[in-house]
Amino acid sequence: MQFMLLFSRQGKLRLQKWYVPLSDKERKKISRDLVQTILARKPKMCSFLEWRDLKIVYKRYASLYFCCAVEDQDNELITLEIIHRYVELLDKYFGSVCELDIIFNFEKAYFILDEFLLGGEAQETSKKNVLKAIEQADLLQEVSMLSSIDGFSWLF
Amino acid sequence: MPAPIRLRELIRTIRTARTQAEEREMIQKECAAIRSSFREEDNTYRCRNVAKLLYMHMLGYPAHFGQLECLKLIASQKFTDKRIGYLGAMLLLDERQDVHLLMTNCIKNDLNHSTQYVQGLALCTLGCMGSSEMCRDLAGEVEKLLKTSNSYLRKKAALCAVHVIRKVPELMEMFLPATKNLLSEKNHGVLHTSVVLLTEMCERSPDMLAHFRKLVPQLVRILKNLIMSGYSPEHDVSGISDPFLQVRILRLLRILGKSDDDSSEAMNDILAQVATNTETSKNVGNAILYETVLTIMDIKSESGLRVLAINILGRFLLNNDKNIRYVALTSLLKTVQTDHNAVQRHRSTIVDCLKDLDVSIKRRAMELSFALVNGNNIRGMMKELLYFLDSCDPEFKADCASGVFLAAEKYAPSKRWHIDTIMRVLTTAGSYVRDDSVPNLIQLITNSVEMHAYTVQRLYKALLDDISQQPLVQVASWCIGEYGDLLVSGQCEEEEPIQVTEDEVLDVLEGLLVSNLSTPVTRGYALTAIMKLSTRFSSVNRIKKVVSIYGSSIDVELQQRAVEYNALFKKYDHMRPALLERMPIMEKTATNGPTEIVQTNGETEPSVVEAKHPPPVTQPANQANDLLDLLGGNDVVPVIQTTMPTKPASAGGELLDLLGDLSLSGIPPMTAYSKNGLKIDFTFERANPNPNIAVITIHASNSTEADMTDFVFQAAVPKTFQLQLLSPSSNVVPALNQGTVTQVIRVLNLQKQQLRMRIKLTYTHKGSPVQDLAEVNNFPPQSWHAHPSLGLIG
Repeated sequence: MQFMLLFSRQGKLRLQKWYVPLSDKERKKISRDLVQTILARKPKMCSFLEWRDLKIVYKRYASLYFCCAVEDQDNELITLEIIHRYVELLDKYFGSVCELDIIFNFEKAYFILDEFLLGGEAQETSKKNVLKAIEQADLLQEVSMLSSIDGFSWLF
Repeated sequence: MPAPIRLRELIRTIRTARTQAEEREMIQKECAAIRSSFREEDNTYRCRNVAKLLYMHMLGYPAHFGQLECLKLIASQKFTDKRIGYLGAMLLLDERQDVHLLMTNCIKNDLNHSTQYVQGLALCTLGCMGSSEMCRDLAGEVEKLLKTSNSYLRKKAALCAVHVIRKVPELMEMFLPATKNLLSEKNHGVLHTSVVLLTEMCERSPDMLAHFRKLVPQLVRILKNLIMSGYSPEHDVSGISDPFLQVRILRLLRILGKSDDDSSEAMNDILAQVATNTETSKNVGNAILYETVLTIMDIKSESGLRVLAINILGRFLLNNDKNIRYVALTSLLKTVQTDHNAVQRHRSTIVDCLKDLDVSIKRRAMELSFALVNGNNIRGMMKELLYFLDSCDPEFKADCASGVFLAAEKYAPSKRWHIDTIMRVLTTAGSYVRDDSVPNLIQLITNSVEMHAYTVQRLYKALLDDISQQPLVQVASWCIGEYGDLLVSGQCEEEEPIQVTEDEVLDVLEGLLVSNLSTPVTRGYALTAIMKLSTRFSSVNRIKKVVSIYGSSIDVELQQRAVEYNALFKKYDHMRPALLERMPIMEKTATNGPTEIVQTNGETEPSVVEAKHPPPVTQPANQANDLLDLLGGNDVVPVIQTTMPTKPASAGGELLDLLGDLSLSGIPPMTAYSKNGLKIDFTFERANPNPNIAVITIHASNSTEADMTDFVFQAAVPKTFQLQLLSPSSNVVPALNQGTVTQVIRVLNLQKQQLRMRIKLTYTHKGSPVQDLAEVNNFPPQSWHAHPSLGLIG
């Protein structure tokens, strides 16, 4: 996978994970153009498209578009499953996840993604294990915060 | 100083902004606060501030001043800090900036941290954005972690290793020992990432590939277990056990089985099993089937298995899910060359996909349909494709039209069918037809001698209907100019001949000249057509009048033509019949690609008129004799001027010169380069009737005892020339003159100057790269000498 973007139906970026080295400017341009292209597609269309010599796989969940750019040899159908798995993880973590959860807890969305994918490939195929790891890491974070500020675990 | 506001509060506040300007103001205010907080080196709230900065960065605002702060967070001992720090590094830094190198030491320490979650953060960051330098520095640490028994870390280390290998391929060797028992792991995470690592290594190195072939039985076993094992809640997806792992294993098997009989044989059974037993009601199952099909098609599978695979794709085509249909069409497109007959069985389903609503599916269905056209199904297929052409989006029309022409040319059951098909395309998608179709069609029509009357009649009728589609108009004008006599004589056999007078025909052609819809090119065609009719019609005076009017046209091209035609009437009337007589049959040259323009005999397209590069046209000898017989010539290959027609004033003189020119073939070969054992000879092809193009073949031979590999020949010519270099026969020049590398060069020499060339040679000899530049100045004069030319005005 080269990158994954999450964006709303108004085209606002909610998450961007890049697995290839690109400058900020290049990233902005790609995001902007790709988002526009996908938003222009009709609902009945295919989840796959070829865009600027990249293979794009995208799926809409409620008000959020999940969009990945994959390599030529990557299996598009399993990429859809990867996207679905990520949504399931978010759903389990936040409890019936909605866009607002991801807006207000974007850093957590990243943490979860980073426990599921690494360098663009799946590192863990068990839902349980990913969630367990996140849970433990969250605990570690709380512990590390307890010793600070006012004794309460305000997560910044 | 009050504590900086919390992240969630900032997000809430920013979202209340009603305008972009309001938002910008809030952001700027907060950024200023954050900046001063950074300046004060505040440790307590650094994490909070960077988190806020990351949010604002996602909204599109600059956040570069937070880069160093991320590094400080990474260096902190608090897990919270590290988590945000690493996240910030991945979002704000990229390997082009030197700042990121400062992370290296922190990452190194964290890779050895006592807490696995910290180690995990470091591995993740390195595997996501590590630059080559960082990878080089830290590869050893990654390799160590690859051997750990902690599966949480091992799986991450494997993917991190993949990234390292991608960045620094030379380091691949060092990971080899650690791969030893990766596949004996029970943990699916480790298994999955290990398979990814093995795949990466096998893709990059044929040695690794050979080495890992022995893993095939083990992989087959693992896959078998996944399929046969009962329900495993941890890895289950809609009744399938760990589809992600299954797909990756199938992909690795594909790489291992390709071009290897034994491995392919070992995986035959499991592939058949997966292909037949996988549940297809959900996307998951189809994802696995898809990967299986790709594997079956790529390895040396037995034919029964291949047919099974194609049938799976055929079933995919009928699936309601358009994603599945898309994937099926893509795969079928890849296999249509090798398994043509099997794919043919699904032709009707594929043709149905032409009517799909999705653009990508339509396009693939179109490409696949063209690939499936053959002599047997041409009529039926063409019907569907023409229907598609009528109704499809403009973006498809050009490709579809070209496809139809190509298919018609190859498989037309009859000449009439062919002409009808062309007519249909021209009338329905005439404006989308590619420019090079026009000369192709003209040639086709010329060669269908018995259909001339029918063709010109149909084209004439089409013109009466619509003169807006330029390619149609151009072809029609040309035909009327050529066969106008057949048109007015009402000779058509194929259909009811129409009654039309010479004046009516001239009305139509003149109408083209004045119409706003006609492009300059079209006007050129029309004028020339009118001129040609002067030898076919009797109303010569009318034609003379038209021609003289355009002698003062603003359009330079029209003006030139008109002036020359005028001169033809006035001074060279005795030559007019010969020059304007019916075109002989043209033989089509082999085109090298769809963009090459086949030059019709004497007719010029505007690009050629502007003296760009006409490709060589080889005229068959008998045709030449036909022409020259009229002039009392001998058996010399005629030189036909295909660029701008020369002034008729010199035409007479040049004609005579032609007779004196003999034997243009037989230009002696020459040695262009000979140094360090590498010799390059040039040979010249049978001299082209087009005097402006030299076709040179290079022959590279190697007299040393070692092969010259990665051999690349490059040539450059002075600005007044143009060069085209075709593909070489190979890029290895074998040692001891055991063989030669040949390559064809075409040089366009419009100004008929002495040919000079600079060549650059690069190759690898005995392990070291060699490069040399040389000038080639000893071209024989015959290769570029100007020939007198016959101004055949068409």
